[in-house]
Amino acid sequence: MSPILQGLITIIVGVGGCVGYFFASNWVLDKVIFPARNDDNGRNINRATMVRPWLFLFPAMFALGLYLVYPVVGSFWRSLYNRSGEEFIGLGNYVTMFGEEGFRTAVFNNILWAIFVPAAATFLGLLVAQLTDKLKWGNIAKSLIFMPMAISFVGASLIWKFVYANDPDIGIINAVRDFFGADAIDPLQIPFWNNFFLMVILVWIQTGFAMVILSAALRGIPEETIEAAIIDGANPFQIFFKIKVPQIMGTIVVVWTTITILVLKVFDIVYAMTGGNFDTEILPSYMMDYMFRDDGRATAVAFVIMIIVLPVMIWNIRQARKEMS
Amino acid sequence: MENMAGQKTSLSIVTNISVVALVLIWLIPTIGLLVSSFRDREQISETGWWASMFPVEVAYRVSPEPEGVTQDGDLYMFSGNLFSASDEVSGSGDVSGFGITGRAPGAGTPGQTYGRLKLIVTEPDGGTDEENFETAWPADGQPELPETDEEGRPVQDFYIDRAVTVAANGDFTWMQDGEIGRAPTVYIVAAAPPDFGLDNYEQILTSDNMDRAFINTLTVTIPATIIPILIAAFAAYALAWMDFRGRGFLIAMVVGLLVVPLQLALVPLLQLHNKIGIGQSFLGIWLAHTGFGLPLAIYLLRNYMVGLPRDIIESAKVDGATDFQVFTKIVLPLSFPALASFAIFQFLWTWNDLLVAKVFLPSNSESWVMTVKIADDLLGSRGGDWGILAAAAFISIAVPLIVFFAMQKYLVRGLLAGSVK
Repeated sequence: MSPILQGLITIIVGVGGCVGYFFASNWVLDKVIFPARNDDNGRNINRATMVRPWLFLFPAMFALGLYLVYPVVGSFWRSLYNRSGEEFIGLGNYVTMFGEEGFRTAVFNNILWAIFVPAAATFLGLLVAQLTDKLKWGNIAKSLIFMPMAISFVGASLIWKFVYANDPDIGIINAVRDFFGADAIDPLQIPFWNNFFLMVILVWIQTGFAMVILSAALRGIPEETIEAAIIDGANPFQIFFKIKVPQIMGTIVVVWTTITILVLKVFDIVYAMTGGNFDTEILPSYMMDYMFRDDGRATAVAFVIMIIVLPVMIWNIRQARKEMS
Repeated sequence: MENMAGQKTSLSIVTNISVVALVLIWLIPTIGLLVSSFRDREQISETGWWASMFPVEVAYRVSPEPEGVTQDGDLYMFSGNLFSASDEVSGSGDVSGFGITGRAPGAGTPGQTYGRLKLIVTEPDGGTDEENFETAWPADGQPELPETDEEGRPVQDFYIDRAVTVAANGDFTWMQDGEIGRAPTVYIVAAAPPDFGLDNYEQILTSDNMDRAFINTLTVTIPATIIPILIAAFAAYALAWMDFRGRGFLIAMVVGLLVVPLQLALVPLLQLHNKIGIGQSFLGIWLAHTGFGLPLAIYLLRNYMVGLPRDIIESAKVDGATDFQVFTKIVLPLSFPALASFAIFQFLWTWNDLLVAKVFLPSNSESWVMTVKIADDLLGSRGGDWGILAAAAFISIAVPLIVFFAMQKYLVRGLLAGSVK
């Protein structure tokens, strides 16, 4: 069956199934199980009201449970078994992994990514948000800087392959070097620094995200505080760093963590640009090296990523609870 | 306000310049890709895309038919014009170099003769030997001979094996030792005008299966965008407007699940899919994307629905509407902006995804989506074919870019609902 036809059928069956489920289950609840008639009228309505939320929630909870909660347990469990999944080896996968240089390189690089990318993207985002704030063509500038958000990491990698190409007739970097008479280099093969060339791609993508959110936060600052500062003779830099930034600190933290989480998931850029060669491996790409070959190892790496994310998760939940109460 | 501070002009010039610089830095990579995707492949390797508006020096291979051959001793020769001898030479009629081998297509400059000589050298034992020697010399002069060859044997004499004189306008004279059987090959370097076209797109779409990948991407994306919205909308309504035990816990769970790394799900779920018979298939990837997209969907939609005016919903309930009716008749239509913003997110995310597609779709080329096609196939097999790569990348980012620019308003709204409250 052609995928298009299959896709159409899925849309119809999937969407129809969902709509059908919600309609039918509510109908059954209201008309069959707890009909709003007879003497039990009031009691039945109350009962239906108690059950209904779960009808609404069931498909979502089921999918979330299966695709996000179960895997946490399932992955950990699988990581305790060997390559083929037949022999229980306890923490064996973790022990061999920590002893391996490739893993240590990946961890080290991942730390670099987790520091550099959120810092650079947040800083640049804040800078653009502030600079474009009062600009007539600010919205156009923002759109253009925001644009890479729409591009896939693979697409972005390809775009930057052109920038980094070692042929001075294709790569801009080498064209500039050539102009000044320097020899062509392959930026992606310079150990250590190549990591930063890869990070630039993610910064390029994420700055727009930081900018949009920080720009909204800047707009939310009460005018009076700024006017007061101007009357007191503060210069624009003082206004920015001493008045504005402290007031949007909460948003800066949110942006920073959101990008940090993204960094911990991204593998596409490394995969497409260097394939993890030349010491550019990070944890997610390191995991993909073992995917389909050694599920024990792959799940062990995934679980390490999970443990790193855990504090952010707890912090997120705490924030949400605080807001709700 | 800046007026009040009295420093508007100087600061605003600096601001404008910095923003222009930043925008340029942000745009240049993409523009480079776009320009390259339309350029002729030979031109890409000759000059950078930033010079694509200028003519490019390109080497052409011309084989003029020998007509009107005259003879001078052993030397046979004929003349003509190289530009009229070939259709392929699109040059401006201005030769900047020429040669007789593909290795050195521009070895001679116009007005010179370039050719291969046979040097007659004296061997140490007194005998003679012949040796090839390529050189250029003025058309009306004589070639300069080296005194000895590379082995130190003295050069006595020479004769022309084959040589060609080319003028800047393409007029040439070919001379050759012995009769001219087949058409000789002459190389010229001429400035070719900028060459833009859809050749790269045509090639990638017709012969490289990119069209298939495009359709596969659409097939993955559309169901994986619609289904989670539907499921999430009901759940979000329940979490926003229905009272039941455990609501707070469920909301916290959704928030927590927002950050769960996808990587965890890959191995256990692929095993599960295999066990229940879905395996690696489109059905599998739809389910996976639905599951992975739900936390953000529920979170965004709930945040939005909580903000809807309480009295509308309560008065509807007082009038006897059930939650189901309130949801479908009131909340769902009012939530359109939030639904749209999540739809854009989920569309972009599934369209741009590489990881889930690599794991949950079959690894044969029939099922490749575009990201997989580019990352696993084109970057390897067409690593140096920049025109093709650029066209492929542009095909894969065109749809998201259109969606982005058309629906930017909703995208921004969704981001703001998701991150700042």
